[in-house]
Parts: sequence; C-alpha cells; structure tokens
Amino acid sequence: MNNQVSAEPLNYLNHKTGLWSWLTATDHKRIGLLYLYAITIFFLTAAVLGVLMKIEKSTIGPTIMTAQTYNALFTLHGIIMIFIVVIPGLAAVFGNICLPIMIGAKDVAFPKLNLFSFYVYITGACLGLYSQFANGHSPDAGWTFYVPYSAEVNSNIILALLAAFTLGFASILTGLNFIVTIHRMRAPGMTWFRMPLFPWSLYATAWIQLLATPVVGITLLMVIAERTLHVGFFDPKLGGDPVLYQHLFWIYSHPAVYVMILPAMGVVTEIFPTFSQKPVFGYLPIVFSSLAIALVGYFVWGHHMFTSGMSYESRWFFSFITFLVAIPSAIKVFNWLSTMYGGSVDLQPPLLYAISFIFLFTIGGFTGLTLGAVATDIHVHNTDFVVAHFHYIIFGGMGFGFFAAMHYWYPKIYGRMYHIKWANIAWGFLFTGFNILYFPMFVMGIQGMPRRYYDYDPKFQLGQTISSVGAVILFIGLIAMITNLVYHVRRGAKASANPWHGVTLEWQVPSPPPHENFDEIPVITREPYVFDNPYTKEK
Amino acid sequence: MEDHHDNHITSYAQNFKVLFVLLLLTISTILVVKLDLGIYTLAMALFLASVKTTIVLTYFMHLKGEKLILRLMVGGVFLLFAIIVIITFIDYYFR
Repeated sequence: MNNQVSAEPLNYLNHKTGLWSWLTATDHKRIGLLYLYAITIFFLTAAVLGVLMKIEKSTIGPTIMTAQTYNALFTLHGIIMIFIVVIPGLAAVFGNICLPIMIGAKDVAFPKLNLFSFYVYITGACLGLYSQFANGHSPDAGWTFYVPYSAEVNSNIILALLAAFTLGFASILTGLNFIVTIHRMRAPGMTWFRMPLFPWSLYATAWIQLLATPVVGITLLMVIAERTLHVGFFDPKLGGDPVLYQHLFWIYSHPAVYVMILPAMGVVTEIFPTFSQKPVFGYLPIVFSSLAIALVGYFVWGHHMFTSGMSYESRWFFSFITFLVAIPSAIKVFNWLSTMYGGSVDLQPPLLYAISFIFLFTIGGFTGLTLGAVATDIHVHNTDFVVAHFHYIIFGGMGFGFFAAMHYWYPKIYGRMYHIKWANIAWGFLFTGFNILYFPMFVMGIQGMPRRYYDYDPKFQLGQTISSVGAVILFIGLIAMITNLVYHVRRGAKASANPWHGVTLEWQVPSPPPHENFDEIPVITREPYVFDNPYTKEK
Repeated sequence: MEDHHDNHITSYAQNFKVLFVLLLLTISTILVVKLDLGIYTLAMALFLASVKTTIVLTYFMHLKGEKLILRLMVGGVFLLFAIIVIITFIDYYFR
C-alpha cells in the first residue's frame, strides 16, 4: 500500500472551522460525520447495556440488577439499537458521505433538508432517552411495543412511541433525499446501469424508508390515541384487535430489516471487487436482487406472527413468501464469492469484515429459514434462538457491514490511515467474541430458553456463562477497534487519494474530498468496475 | 442526469374545475354514509376517496405532465399499499 501524501489544499474538513460551521453544515460529508459521531455514542451506550444484561445472566438469580431493571434495560437496548443506531446507521452515515461522490454530484438534492433530517433524528433520539428517565419510569414493553401491554402499562410508553415516530420522520426525509438525488443528480453519462452498486442498494433502501416508515408512524399514533382517547384499535377491552397491531407493526418493521441490511450488502459489494482487483461478478443480478429483496420484503411480515393467532391460510402464505426472499439473498452471496474467485485477493481489514459479513449473514439467513417455516417456528418462537438469529443478521450483517465501511472509507473520510495490524487484532476479538456470545443462544433456544427472561433453569447455566464471556470478548474488540480509528484520525499516516486501488468515483477525488467534491463534474463513459482504469495506479 | 424543465402551469379555470369536482365528491362521501348501503358503505367511501386522491395527484400534484416512469412509480406505490391491505384482510377473512 502506498501512503504518499496527496496534494491537499482546502477540503470539506477544513474549508470552514468552528463548532457553528459543523452545526449548520449542509455539506453531505459533514452531515454524514455528524450522524457517525451521534450513532457511535448511542451504539456504545446500547452496547454497554447489552454487556450488563449478559453479566446479569452469567449466573442464576440476581447478579447485578433487579428483574424490573433488566426489563427496562432490554427495552432501552432495543430502542437505541434499532431505532437510533441500526435503521439510520449505514444509509445516514455512509450514504451521506459517499452517495453524491459516487454518482458524480456535488451534494445531495436537498442539502438543507438533509441537515433538517439530522436534527429531527437528534430530537427523536433525545426524546427516546428522556422517555427512559422521565417521571421515574422506564418503558419495559420491549422495542416492539406489543399491545395490549403497551396500551395499559404506566411506564412512559407514549414518550417512547413519540420518539420512534420522530425518528421515523428523519428516516423518511433521508430516503426522499436519496431517491431524488439518484434520479436527478447522476453525472452525465452515468446511466442507471453504470451506477455503482452501493448507490443501488441505497436506492432500494430509500424506497423502503419512504413507503414503509409512515405505516409504523401511524400505528404508533394509534397506540397513543388508544391510551389517551380510549379509541378501540388494538385493546380487546375497547373492541380492538391486538393482532391488528402486530400486522401494522411488522408491515413496517420487517421491511425495516432490509433498511438495515441492504446498505450493508451494498458496502460489501464495493469491497469485494476492490480487494480482488476484479470486476464485480454479475452486476445486473446484484442490482435486481437488491430490488427484489426490497419488493418481496414487503410481503413477508406475517412470519413474525405465526404463533399470534393468525389464520392458517395466512401462515402458509407468509411462510411461502418468506422462502422466496432467500433467492435474491443467495444470488448476492454467490456473486460476492464469485467476485473473489480468481481475483488478486488482498486481505486488508475491510475485506476481513466483508468476509465475516458473508459468514455471519449466511448463518443468520439459514436459521431464518427455521423461523420462516411454520412447523419449526412454533417450537422456537420467542426463545433465545430468535435473539441469536436476529443478532446474526443485524449485528453480523449490518454491524459488520458498518465496520467494513468504516475501515474501507476511513482514509477517504479523514485523509489518514489507521493501524492495520491493530485493526486486524480488533477484528479477531470482534469475530470470536460475536460467535461465542450468540451461537450458544441458538442451542439454548432449541432447548427452550425463552427470550427476555431475567432468570433461567439451571440446565442453561453453562450456555449462559459461555455467552456472557463472549459478550466481554466482543466488547474488548469494540473498544480496540474504536480506539484505533479515533486515535489515528489525527495521528495516522497520511493516506493517498486511492490507497486501496478502487475504481469508483470516490477514489478519484483527493482524500479528504474538497467541499463540493469535484472541480468539474466528471463525464462517465463506462461501467463502474473496470480495473484497467489508470486511476487505480498510484499517481 | 435527468433534466426536466417542463413547468406544468395550469390555468386558474382548470384548478377551480378540479376543486369543484373534489367538493362534489366530498359531499358524495357524506351522502353515501346517510344512504346506508350496508356492508358496501365502507367500500363506496374508500372508492370515492381513491378517486379524489387520483384527481389531486393528477392535477394539483402535476402528475399529468410528468414522464410515464414517474406516473408508474406513483401507481406502483398505491398498488403496493393495496396489496398490503388485501393481505392483512385475508387474515381476517379466514380467521
């Protein structure tokens, strides 16, 4: 790797200085960084809560907290991780930082709306945190807010629902901004099928954000109306139907899983060609599989409700459609592996995370089939098996995708390089800790360990202890990774414009990029992954 | 990439015509409830609401002057919404 110093005049980091310039920034890269810092803080907070929960469960009976505290902690962990970290995560951070550059634009279509989205996001996040401490109560209904419990319990549920509602608005606005940006602002010559695959994944994601999020917004408002005005939507006592809540909640929340995972798929699709120095295998199938996942993902929500009293006909229908989602997902995995096959593979930290993504996501995907089949889901529903599956998909998929993106675009974002060996060691801790933490939960789930339980039968003691040890190892890896990245923002060796020999547009501009990305908007004359590009060679 | 500079300016007369039709449909929605069509009341109200939505999108939101692809995308969104509602109600029908 060549870390020569690029000619670095003014860039987006130093063209204006001072706190005010950051708080009022409309530059997409700065807004991306604002999201990154906010999300990192929330992620670490929720991760600490997760470790505390695992320490509590390392022994039978009370260890470090009461049952009510445990209930509040898993609710807070879920709300922060899902609504504040994972759903906005990759799209808000790396979508903002990279999308305009990758399509040859100077910024997103609506830069001020972009900043407004960030502040709506922060408002929602603060409301969510406030709901945990206001009036001496903490919501304890889990991140799913299932009625009738959430319609009856007195624990700041309305505040928490308002927080989720507000965060949904930020998500809708970001999705809208990205759709318009991709439609209207691609560089001359960048036809739809010359667009890199990360923007394609963001495009599919943005449609889900735009169309599915309002459903949960309305649903949450209906719960508030039920609690405050006693309108009978979901509460049987008022003539409502609790299963309707689950329908409405999952109509959004299942597509939301694809909001989380599709951008991560886009990230690794950028990483495999770069670190194999080989065109991506099956560009069009990857594009259409992203769109297919986004589309089919709308119709599978019922697989969360097989044990909720849904009709038999609906159960087999949702089960069948769920299996269909496996097809585009498998196409992607096949294409990623085929991209590396025969390539000049350079095992740098971004590729390590990307390969881990395939490994963990595949385990999550296969165990998802167990949950998608009615017959087996009946047995493992609401057990630790579901928690393990979910974390393999979301943390193993989106989380490791996020780490991959961070290590891939870090030199571009800061113009500095992190310590490679340190990054590899941190990855080792993360990958090992992850599997020790979550894999035993599959086994315990099959043995009947219910999810969200504070205490457990002695037969689960060994599994719970192993899982807790994994949590600590994982957390050490997290701290090591973040320390490496933060420490080298100012102290790292200066990175060149194209340290990984990438061929997409972001690698053709200086590191860090200038304020408006390009002096002249580039004219695109060919497909995005052509590796005879003279720019791939260091200047 | 996609430059599109049509201004879609519509006359006041046309806007007032559209407004008049929308008001008529709103009154019809109220009358449908008064007529008491039994189980078809809700269906009729939803149908009228859909017609009003289509008119608003077509004229006030200028879809009429947009490219076919954009109109298809908006139509696709409503189709998606309809499918989701139908799937949900299938569950209620078979329960």
